[in-house]
Amino acid sequence: MRRRGPAVTVWVIAGFALALLVLPLLGILLSAPWPHLPALLVAPETLQALGLSLLTGVISTALCLVLGIPLAVVLARSVSWPVVPRRLLRAAVTIPLVLPPVVGGLALLLLLGRNGVLGKFLALIGVTIPFTTGAVVIAQTFVAMPFLVFAVEGALRGADRRVELAAASLGASPLRVFRTITIPLVAPGIAAGAVLCFARALGEFGATITFAGSYPGVTRTLPIASYLASQTDLDQSIALALVLLVVSVAVLLGLRDRWLPGVRG
Amino acid sequence: MSASALVADVTARRGSFELTAAFNVSAGRPLALVGPNGAGKTTVLNVLAGHADVERGSILLDGRDLVGLSPEARRVGVVFQDFLLFPHLTVADNVAYGIRMRGSRRAAARVAARPWLERFDLGALADRYPHELSGGQAQRVALARALAAEPEALLLDEPMASLDVEIRDDVRAELAGHLRDFAGPTVIVTHSAADVAALAVDVVVIEHGAVTQRGTWASLRQAPATPYVTRLVRQHEE
Repeated sequence: MRRRGPAVTVWVIAGFALALLVLPLLGILLSAPWPHLPALLVAPETLQALGLSLLTGVISTALCLVLGIPLAVVLARSVSWPVVPRRLLRAAVTIPLVLPPVVGGLALLLLLGRNGVLGKFLALIGVTIPFTTGAVVIAQTFVAMPFLVFAVEGALRGADRRVELAAASLGASPLRVFRTITIPLVAPGIAAGAVLCFARALGEFGATITFAGSYPGVTRTLPIASYLASQTDLDQSIALALVLLVVSVAVLLGLRDRWLPGVRG
Repeated sequence: MSASALVADVTARRGSFELTAAFNVSAGRPLALVGPNGAGKTTVLNVLAGHADVERGSILLDGRDLVGLSPEARRVGVVFQDFLLFPHLTVADNVAYGIRMRGSRRAAARVAARPWLERFDLGALADRYPHELSGGQAQRVALARALAAEPEALLLDEPMASLDVEIRDDVRAELAGHLRDFAGPTVIVTHSAADVAALAVDVVVIEHGAVTQRGTWASLRQAPATPYVTRLVRQHEE
Protein backbone atom coordinates (compact mmCIF):
# COMPACT_ATOMS: atom_id res chain seq x y z
CA MET A 1 0.00 0.00 0.00
CA ARG A 2 1.28 3.44 -0.88
CA ARG A 3 1.87 5.59 2.15
CA ARG A 4 -0.05 8.84 1.97
CA GLY A 5 1.63 12.11 2.87
CA PRO A 6 0.22 14.50 5.47
CA ALA A 7 -2.93 16.46 4.62
CA VAL A 8 -2.64 19.86 2.91
CA THR A 9 -3.64 21.65 6.12
CA VAL A 10 -0.70 20.07 7.90
CA TRP A 11 1.63 21.28 5.14
CA VAL A 12 0.25 24.81 5.37
CA ILE A 13 0.58 25.03 9.14
CA ALA A 14 4.06 23.51 8.99
CA GLY A 15 4.89 26.21 6.44
CA PHE A 16 3.79 28.94 8.86
CA ALA A 17 5.83 27.36 11.65
CA LEU A 18 8.90 27.25 9.45
CA ALA A 19 8.35 30.85 8.37
CA LEU A 20 8.21 31.92 12.00
CA LEU A 21 11.53 30.21 12.59
CA VAL A 22 13.33 31.30 9.46
CA LEU A 23 11.94 34.70 8.39
CA PRO A 24 13.48 36.66 11.30
CA LEU A 25 16.87 35.26 10.35
CA LEU A 26 16.21 36.23 6.75
CA GLY A 27 15.48 39.70 8.11
CA ILE A 28 18.99 39.88 9.50
CA LEU A 29 20.45 38.90 6.15
CA LEU A 30 18.30 41.45 4.27
CA SER A 31 19.10 44.36 6.54
CA ALA A 32 22.77 43.54 6.91
CA PRO A 33 25.04 46.46 6.03
CA TRP A 34 26.77 44.40 3.33
CA PRO A 35 29.02 47.19 1.88
CA HIS A 36 30.82 47.99 5.11
CA LEU A 37 30.38 44.55 6.66
CA PRO A 38 34.05 43.53 6.22
CA ALA A 39 35.19 46.57 8.18
CA LEU A 40 32.64 45.89 10.94
CA LEU A 41 33.65 42.25 11.15
CA VAL A 42 37.33 42.94 11.68
CA ALA A 43 36.65 45.75 14.14
CA PRO A 44 38.56 45.11 17.38
CA GLU A 45 35.35 44.95 19.43
CA THR A 46 33.90 42.29 17.13
CA LEU A 47 37.01 40.13 17.17
CA GLN A 48 37.36 40.54 20.92
CA ALA A 49 33.75 39.46 21.54
CA LEU A 50 34.07 36.58 19.07
CA GLY A 51 37.30 35.37 20.68
CA LEU A 52 35.80 35.54 24.15
CA SER A 53 32.64 33.75 23.03
CA LEU A 54 34.57 30.93 21.37
CA LEU A 55 36.94 30.55 24.32
CA THR A 56 34.24 30.50 26.99
CA GLY A 57 31.99 28.33 24.81
CA VAL A 58 34.69 25.70 24.40
CA ILE A 59 35.57 25.73 28.11
CA SER A 60 31.97 25.50 29.28
CA THR A 61 31.26 22.71 26.78
CA ALA A 62 34.26 20.81 28.16
CA LEU A 63 32.96 21.39 31.69
CA CYS A 64 29.51 20.18 30.66
CA LEU A 65 31.08 17.01 29.24
CA VAL A 66 33.13 16.28 32.33
CA LEU A 67 30.27 16.95 34.74
CA GLY A 68 27.31 16.08 32.56
CA ILE A 69 28.20 12.58 31.35
CA PRO A 70 28.30 11.11 34.87
CA LEU A 71 25.09 13.00 35.67
CA ALA A 72 23.48 11.49 32.57
CA VAL A 73 24.52 8.01 33.71
CA VAL A 74 22.94 8.59 37.12
CA LEU A 75 19.81 10.02 35.49
CA ALA A 76 19.51 7.01 33.18
CA ARG A 77 19.90 4.69 36.17
CA SER A 78 17.33 6.63 38.20
CA VAL A 79 14.48 4.92 36.34
CA SER A 80 14.68 2.19 38.97
CA TRP A 81 14.51 4.65 41.87
CA PRO A 82 11.43 5.49 43.96
CA VAL A 83 9.21 8.12 42.37
CA VAL A 84 10.05 11.16 44.52
CA PRO A 85 13.85 11.24 44.27
CA ARG A 86 13.61 10.23 40.61
CA ARG A 87 11.35 13.19 39.76
CA LEU A 88 13.35 15.59 41.90
CA LEU A 89 16.54 14.65 40.07
CA ARG A 90 14.92 15.05 36.67
CA ALA A 91 13.41 18.39 37.69
CA ALA A 92 16.79 19.62 38.93
CA VAL A 93 18.40 18.80 35.59
CA THR A 94 15.53 20.43 33.69
CA ILE A 95 15.44 23.68 35.68
CA PRO A 96 17.95 25.63 33.56
CA LEU A 97 15.86 24.82 30.47
CA VAL A 98 12.68 26.40 31.83
CA LEU A 99 14.13 29.08 34.10
CA PRO A 100 14.59 32.53 32.54
CA PRO A 101 18.38 32.83 32.19
CA VAL A 102 18.30 36.17 34.04
CA VAL A 103 16.90 34.35 37.06
CA GLY A 104 19.63 31.75 36.70
CA GLY A 105 22.21 34.52 36.66
CA LEU A 106 20.66 36.12 39.74
CA ALA A 107 20.71 32.77 41.52
CA LEU A 108 24.38 32.32 40.67
CA LEU A 109 25.07 35.82 41.96
CA LEU A 110 23.28 35.08 45.24
CA LEU A 111 25.29 31.89 45.62
CA LEU A 112 28.72 33.00 44.46
CA GLY A 113 28.58 36.82 44.81
CA ARG A 114 30.70 38.60 47.41
CA ASN A 115 27.96 38.29 50.00
CA GLY A 116 26.60 35.06 48.59
CA VAL A 117 26.10 31.84 50.49
CA LEU A 118 29.32 30.34 49.10
CA GLY A 119 30.84 33.59 47.83
CA LYS A 120 31.40 34.82 51.41
CA PHE A 121 33.77 31.96 52.06
CA LEU A 122 35.43 32.26 48.68
CA ALA A 123 36.04 35.95 49.41
CA LEU A 124 37.86 34.96 52.59
CA ILE A 125 40.45 33.06 50.56
CA GLY A 126 40.64 35.86 48.03
CA VAL A 127 38.54 34.27 45.28
CA THR A 128 36.03 36.50 43.50
CA ILE A 129 33.93 34.96 40.77
CA PRO A 130 31.23 37.42 39.63
CA PHE A 131 32.10 39.73 36.75
CA THR A 132 35.06 37.62 35.65
CA THR A 133 35.57 35.40 32.60
CA GLY A 134 35.14 32.48 35.01
CA ALA A 135 31.65 33.78 35.78
CA VAL A 136 30.85 33.71 32.04
CA VAL A 137 31.92 30.06 31.91
CA ILE A 138 29.84 29.17 34.98
CA ALA A 139 26.76 30.94 33.61
CA GLN A 140 27.13 29.16 30.25
CA THR A 141 27.70 25.81 31.91
CA PHE A 142 24.58 26.35 34.02
CA VAL A 143 22.30 26.99 31.05
CA ALA A 144 23.92 24.51 28.64
CA MET A 145 24.29 21.48 30.92
CA PRO A 146 20.77 20.04 30.36
CA PHE A 147 21.37 19.81 26.60
CA LEU A 148 24.37 17.56 27.19
CA VAL A 149 22.75 15.54 29.95
CA PHE A 150 19.54 14.81 28.08
CA ALA A 151 21.32 13.93 24.83
CA VAL A 152 23.61 11.47 26.62
CA GLU A 153 20.82 10.09 28.76
CA GLY A 154 18.76 9.40 25.63
CA ALA A 155 21.69 7.59 24.05
CA LEU A 156 22.23 5.54 27.21
CA ARG A 157 18.62 4.47 27.26
CA GLY A 158 18.71 3.51 23.59
CA ALA A 159 21.89 1.47 23.91
CA ASP A 160 21.90 -2.23 24.77
CA ARG A 161 23.43 -1.97 28.21
CA ARG A 162 23.82 -5.73 28.50
CA VAL A 163 27.14 -5.48 26.67
CA GLU A 164 28.36 -3.88 29.90
CA LEU A 165 27.62 -7.19 31.62
CA ALA A 166 29.56 -8.98 28.91
CA ALA A 167 32.51 -6.67 29.57
CA ALA A 168 32.30 -7.23 33.32
CA SER A 169 32.39 -10.99 32.83
CA LEU A 170 35.57 -10.53 30.80
CA GLY A 171 37.22 -8.97 33.83
CA ALA A 172 36.51 -5.26 33.35
CA SER A 173 36.02 -3.22 36.53
CA PRO A 174 33.03 -0.85 36.57
CA LEU A 175 35.26 2.13 35.77
CA ARG A 176 36.86 0.32 32.83
CA VAL A 177 33.46 -0.80 31.59
CA PHE A 178 32.43 2.85 31.66
CA ARG A 179 35.52 3.99 29.79
CA THR A 180 35.89 1.20 27.24
CA ILE A 181 32.26 0.24 26.61
CA THR A 182 29.70 2.74 27.87
CA ILE A 183 31.36 5.90 26.56
CA PRO A 184 32.05 4.55 23.03
CA LEU A 185 28.54 3.09 22.94
CA VAL A 186 26.93 6.51 23.50
CA ALA A 187 29.55 8.51 21.58
CA PRO A 188 26.99 9.81 19.04
CA GLY A 189 24.82 11.08 21.88
CA ILE A 190 27.83 12.71 23.50
CA ALA A 191 28.78 14.41 20.23
CA ALA A 192 25.24 15.64 19.68
CA GLY A 193 24.99 16.87 23.25
CA ALA A 194 28.33 18.66 23.02
CA VAL A 195 27.35 20.46 19.83
CA LEU A 196 24.00 21.60 21.20
CA CYS A 197 25.69 22.54 24.45
CA PHE A 198 28.25 24.66 22.59
CA ALA A 199 25.55 26.34 20.51
CA ARG A 200 23.58 27.15 23.66
CA ALA A 201 26.66 28.45 25.47
CA LEU A 202 27.50 30.62 22.48
CA GLY A 203 24.08 32.24 22.56
CA GLU A 204 23.97 32.71 26.34
CA PHE A 205 22.93 36.23 27.31
CA GLY A 206 20.70 36.65 30.36
CA ALA A 207 22.57 34.66 32.97
CA THR A 208 25.87 36.02 31.71
CA ILE A 209 24.94 39.69 31.87
CA THR A 210 23.42 39.27 35.34
CA PHE A 211 26.23 37.24 36.83
CA ALA A 212 29.22 38.37 34.80
CA GLY A 213 28.29 41.80 33.52
CA SER A 214 29.66 43.29 30.34
CA TYR A 215 33.33 44.15 30.54
CA PRO A 216 34.97 44.35 27.13
CA GLY A 217 37.44 41.52 26.69
CA VAL A 218 36.51 39.96 30.02
CA THR A 219 32.81 39.17 30.00
CA ARG A 220 31.38 40.89 26.91
CA THR A 221 30.50 37.92 24.72
CA LEU A 222 29.04 38.16 21.21
CA PRO A 223 25.35 38.20 22.24
CA ILE A 224 26.00 40.90 24.83
CA ALA A 225 28.08 42.95 22.42
CA SER A 226 25.35 42.61 19.80
CA TYR A 227 22.66 43.73 22.24
CA LEU A 228 24.67 46.72 23.48
CA ALA A 229 25.44 47.79 19.92
CA SER A 230 21.76 47.61 19.04
CA GLN A 231 21.21 50.54 21.42
CA THR A 232 23.70 52.77 19.62
CA ASP A 233 24.91 51.39 16.31
CA LEU A 234 22.45 49.08 14.57
CA ASP A 235 24.87 48.15 11.79
CA GLN A 236 27.46 46.97 14.29
CA SER A 237 24.74 45.02 16.11
CA ILE A 238 23.63 43.28 12.93
CA ALA A 239 27.22 42.44 12.01
CA LEU A 240 27.71 40.81 15.42
CA ALA A 241 24.42 39.00 15.08
CA LEU A 242 25.51 37.69 11.67
CA VAL A 243 28.70 36.30 13.17
CA LEU A 244 26.67 34.49 15.82
CA LEU A 245 24.27 33.21 13.21
CA VAL A 246 27.04 31.92 10.95
CA VAL A 247 28.85 30.18 13.81
CA SER A 248 25.62 28.58 15.09
CA VAL A 249 24.52 27.39 11.67
CA ALA A 250 28.01 26.05 10.94
CA VAL A 251 27.94 24.10 14.20
CA LEU A 252 24.51 22.64 13.44
CA LEU A 253 25.42 21.76 9.85
CA GLY A 254 28.49 20.00 11.18
CA LEU A 255 26.17 17.68 13.06
CA ARG A 256 25.32 14.46 11.38
CA ASP A 257 21.62 13.78 11.10
CA ARG A 258 21.62 10.96 13.57
CA TRP A 259 23.25 13.18 16.20
CA LEU A 260 20.36 15.64 16.19
CA PRO A 261 17.70 15.35 18.83
CA GLY A 262 14.63 13.61 17.55
CA VAL A 263 16.36 11.90 14.62
CA ARG A 264 16.92 8.18 14.82
CA GLY A 265 19.20 6.96 12.06
CA MET B 1 44.84 -27.86 35.72
CA SER B 2 43.46 -30.62 37.93
CA ALA B 3 39.89 -31.67 37.35
CA SER B 4 37.90 -28.67 38.51
CA ALA B 5 34.31 -28.46 39.58
CA LEU B 6 31.49 -26.02 40.08
CA VAL B 7 29.22 -26.77 43.02
CA ALA B 8 26.15 -24.57 43.21
CA ASP B 9 23.40 -24.53 45.80
CA VAL B 10 21.50 -21.28 45.48
CA THR B 11 18.20 -19.55 46.04
CA ALA B 12 17.48 -16.44 44.02
CA ARG B 13 14.47 -14.17 43.82
CA ARG B 14 13.04 -12.20 40.91
CA GLY B 15 10.12 -10.23 42.29
CA SER B 16 7.67 -12.85 43.48
CA PHE B 17 9.43 -15.64 41.60
CA GLU B 18 11.73 -17.75 43.75
CA LEU B 19 14.24 -20.16 42.32
CA THR B 20 16.18 -22.85 44.12
CA ALA B 21 18.74 -25.00 42.36
CA ALA B 22 21.54 -27.27 43.47
CA PHE B 23 23.89 -29.02 41.07
CA ASN B 24 27.51 -30.03 40.51
CA VAL B 25 29.40 -29.60 37.27
CA SER B 26 32.68 -31.40 36.71
CA ALA B 27 35.23 -30.39 34.13
CA GLY B 28 34.87 -32.53 31.03
CA ARG B 29 31.19 -33.19 31.74
CA PRO B 30 29.30 -30.20 30.37
CA LEU B 31 25.99 -29.71 32.15
CA ALA B 32 22.82 -28.76 30.31
CA LEU B 33 20.28 -26.73 32.25
CA VAL B 34 16.97 -27.37 30.55
CA GLY B 35 13.42 -26.32 31.26
CA PRO B 36 10.43 -24.56 29.78
CA ASN B 37 10.47 -20.80 29.16
CA GLY B 38 10.27 -18.84 32.39
CA ALA B 39 11.40 -21.78 34.49
CA GLY B 40 14.42 -19.89 35.76
CA LYS B 41 17.25 -21.27 33.60
CA THR B 42 18.62 -17.89 32.64
CA THR B 43 18.29 -16.67 36.23
CA VAL B 44 20.59 -19.52 37.27
CA LEU B 45 23.07 -18.45 34.62
CA ASN B 46 22.90 -14.81 35.73
CA VAL B 47 23.44 -15.87 39.32
CA LEU B 48 26.49 -17.95 38.37
CA ALA B 49 27.91 -15.07 36.32
CA GLY B 50 27.26 -12.52 39.06
CA HIS B 51 24.75 -10.57 36.97
CA ALA B 52 21.98 -11.30 39.45
CA ASP B 53 22.04 -11.51 43.22
CA VAL B 54 21.73 -14.66 45.26
CA GLU B 55 19.36 -14.61 48.17
CA ARG B 56 21.21 -17.41 49.95
CA GLY B 57 23.48 -20.31 49.16
CA SER B 58 26.91 -20.78 47.72
CA ILE B 59 28.61 -21.23 44.37
CA LEU B 60 31.92 -23.00 44.78
CA LEU B 61 34.32 -22.94 41.85
CA ASP B 62 37.27 -25.15 42.80
CA GLY B 63 36.41 -24.47 46.41
CA ARG B 64 36.31 -20.69 45.98
CA ASP B 65 32.89 -19.20 46.84
CA LEU B 66 31.75 -16.87 44.09
CA VAL B 67 28.78 -15.47 46.02
CA GLY B 68 29.46 -11.85 46.86
CA LEU B 69 32.17 -11.54 44.19
CA SER B 70 31.64 -9.04 41.39
CA PRO B 71 31.35 -10.48 37.85
CA GLU B 72 34.82 -9.24 36.94
CA ALA B 73 36.36 -11.10 39.88
CA ARG B 74 34.69 -14.44 39.19
CA ARG B 75 36.62 -15.63 36.14
CA VAL B 76 33.45 -17.11 34.74
CA GLY B 77 33.15 -16.76 30.96
CA VAL B 78 29.74 -16.17 29.42
CA VAL B 79 28.51 -16.68 25.86
CA PHE B 80 25.22 -14.80 25.64
CA GLN B 81 22.27 -15.86 23.57
CA ASP B 82 22.59 -12.88 21.23
CA PHE B 83 26.38 -12.86 21.77
CA LEU B 84 26.56 -9.21 22.92
CA LEU B 85 29.71 -8.48 20.95
CA PHE B 86 31.07 -4.98 21.45
CA PRO B 87 29.69 -3.14 18.41
CA HIS B 88 32.44 -0.50 18.35
CA LEU B 89 35.32 -2.97 18.39
CA THR B 90 36.68 -5.17 15.62
CA VAL B 91 36.58 -8.95 15.88
CA ALA B 92 40.25 -8.92 16.93
CA ASP B 93 39.65 -6.32 19.63
CA ASN B 94 36.53 -8.13 20.86
CA VAL B 95 38.62 -11.28 21.34
CA ALA B 96 41.49 -9.28 22.86
CA TYR B 97 39.20 -7.46 25.30
CA GLY B 98 39.41 -9.93 28.17
CA ILE B 99 43.18 -10.21 27.74
CA ARG B 100 43.45 -6.42 27.98
CA MET B 101 41.28 -6.32 31.07
CA ARG B 102 43.62 -8.78 32.72
CA GLY B 103 46.42 -6.27 32.47
CA SER B 104 47.89 -6.52 28.97
CA ARG B 105 48.46 -3.43 26.89
CA ARG B 106 46.36 -3.09 23.77
CA ALA B 107 49.11 -4.17 21.36
CA ALA B 108 50.18 -7.12 23.51
CA ALA B 109 46.55 -8.18 23.90
CA ARG B 110 46.13 -8.18 20.12
CA VAL B 111 49.14 -10.44 19.76
CA ALA B 112 47.86 -12.75 22.47
CA ALA B 113 44.45 -12.87 20.78
CA ARG B 114 45.88 -14.05 17.48
CA PRO B 115 46.05 -17.78 18.34
CA TRP B 116 42.41 -17.61 19.45
CA LEU B 117 41.41 -15.99 16.17
CA GLU B 118 43.20 -18.76 14.28
CA ARG B 119 41.73 -21.49 16.41
CA PHE B 120 38.21 -20.23 15.76
CA ASP B 121 38.90 -19.64 12.09
CA LEU B 122 38.45 -15.90 12.49
CA GLY B 123 41.79 -14.77 11.07
CA ALA B 124 40.24 -13.43 7.87
CA LEU B 125 37.57 -11.59 9.84
CA ALA B 126 39.89 -9.94 12.36
CA ASP B 127 39.27 -6.40 11.13
CA ARG B 128 35.52 -6.73 10.64
CA TYR B 129 32.97 -5.21 12.99
CA PRO B 130 30.23 -7.28 14.63
CA HIS B 131 27.47 -5.94 12.34
CA GLU B 132 29.39 -7.34 9.36
CA LEU B 133 29.31 -10.93 10.68
CA SER B 134 26.92 -13.80 10.06
CA GLY B 135 25.29 -15.44 13.07
CA GLY B 136 27.66 -18.39 13.01
CA GLN B 137 30.69 -16.11 12.79
CA ALA B 138 29.38 -13.95 15.64
CA GLN B 139 29.00 -17.03 17.79
CA ARG B 140 32.59 -18.05 17.13
CA VAL B 141 33.74 -14.56 18.10
CA ALA B 142 31.67 -14.70 21.30
CA LEU B 143 33.16 -18.06 22.22
CA ALA B 144 36.70 -17.02 21.33
CA ARG B 145 36.25 -13.81 23.32
CA ALA B 146 35.05 -15.70 26.38
CA LEU B 147 37.81 -18.35 26.20
CA ALA B 148 40.62 -15.89 25.46
CA ALA B 149 40.00 -14.35 28.89
CA GLU B 150 40.97 -17.78 30.31
CA PRO B 151 37.91 -18.30 32.48
CA GLU B 152 37.80 -21.06 35.06
CA ALA B 153 34.23 -21.92 34.14
CA LEU B 154 32.16 -21.33 31.02
CA LEU B 155 28.45 -20.52 30.71
CA LEU B 156 26.49 -20.60 27.46
CA ASP B 157 22.97 -19.20 27.21
CA GLU B 158 20.91 -20.82 24.43
CA PRO B 159 23.96 -20.99 22.15
CA MET B 160 21.99 -21.94 19.03
CA ALA B 161 18.90 -19.78 19.50
CA SER B 162 20.14 -16.80 17.47
CA LEU B 163 21.32 -18.90 14.53
CA ASP B 164 19.53 -19.81 11.34
CA VAL B 165 18.05 -23.27 11.50
CA GLU B 166 20.00 -24.47 8.43
CA ILE B 167 23.40 -23.92 9.99
CA ARG B 168 22.62 -25.08 13.52
CA ASP B 169 23.78 -28.70 13.09
CA ASP B 170 27.17 -27.70 11.73
CA VAL B 171 27.72 -24.96 14.28
CA ARG B 172 26.63 -27.26 17.08
CA ALA B 173 29.09 -29.96 16.06
CA GLU B 174 31.88 -27.39 15.92
CA LEU B 175 30.88 -25.97 19.30
CA ALA B 176 30.92 -29.45 20.81
CA GLY B 177 34.55 -29.77 19.70
CA HIS B 178 35.51 -26.47 21.30
CA LEU B 179 33.74 -27.38 24.53
CA ARG B 180 35.68 -30.64 24.69
CA ASP B 181 38.89 -28.60 24.55
CA PHE B 182 37.88 -26.40 27.46
CA ALA B 183 39.39 -27.56 30.73
CA GLY B 184 36.88 -26.08 33.20
CA PRO B 185 33.27 -26.79 34.15
CA THR B 186 30.74 -25.79 31.49
CA VAL B 187 27.05 -25.00 31.89
CA ILE B 188 24.77 -24.75 28.86
CA VAL B 189 21.29 -23.29 29.19
CA THR B 190 19.03 -24.60 26.46
CA HIS B 191 15.54 -25.76 25.69
CA SER B 192 16.68 -27.83 22.74
CA ALA B 193 17.10 -31.60 22.99
CA ALA B 194 19.56 -31.49 20.09
CA ASP B 195 21.81 -29.15 22.11
CA VAL B 196 21.61 -31.45 25.11
CA ALA B 197 22.47 -34.53 23.07
CA ALA B 198 25.38 -32.93 21.22
CA LEU B 199 26.89 -30.64 23.83
CA ALA B 200 26.20 -31.99 27.31
CA VAL B 201 26.89 -35.05 29.38
CA ASP B 202 24.85 -34.26 32.50
CA VAL B 203 21.42 -32.66 32.59
CA VAL B 204 19.55 -30.69 35.23
CA VAL B 205 15.87 -29.99 34.58
CA ILE B 206 14.40 -26.84 36.10
CA GLU B 207 10.66 -26.26 36.17
CA HIS B 208 8.80 -23.53 38.05
CA GLY B 209 11.95 -22.48 39.89
CA ALA B 210 12.96 -25.92 41.16
CA VAL B 211 14.99 -28.89 39.94
CA THR B 212 12.65 -31.67 38.85
CA GLN B 213 15.13 -34.18 37.46
CA ARG B 214 18.87 -34.66 37.15
CA GLY B 215 21.06 -37.30 35.53
CA THR B 216 22.79 -38.09 32.27
CA TRP B 217 20.94 -37.49 29.02
CA ALA B 218 20.74 -41.28 28.59
CA SER B 219 19.12 -41.73 32.00
CA LEU B 220 16.59 -38.97 31.28
CA ARG B 221 15.66 -40.66 28.03
CA GLN B 222 15.12 -43.94 29.80
CA ALA B 223 13.03 -42.55 32.64
CA PRO B 224 11.64 -39.08 32.08
CA ALA B 225 10.30 -37.84 35.43
CA THR B 226 7.91 -35.12 34.24
CA PRO B 227 5.73 -34.44 31.20
CA TYR B 228 8.18 -31.72 30.20
CA VAL B 229 11.11 -34.17 30.10
CA THR B 230 8.98 -36.65 28.18
CA ARG B 231 8.30 -33.97 25.57
CA LEU B 232 11.98 -33.04 25.45
CA VAL B 233 13.00 -36.65 24.85
CA ARG B 234 10.36 -37.06 22.17
CA GLN B 235 11.55 -33.85 20.49
CA HIS B 236 14.99 -35.46 20.18
CA GLU B 237 13.66 -38.71 18.76
CA GLU B 238 11.61 -37.01 16.08
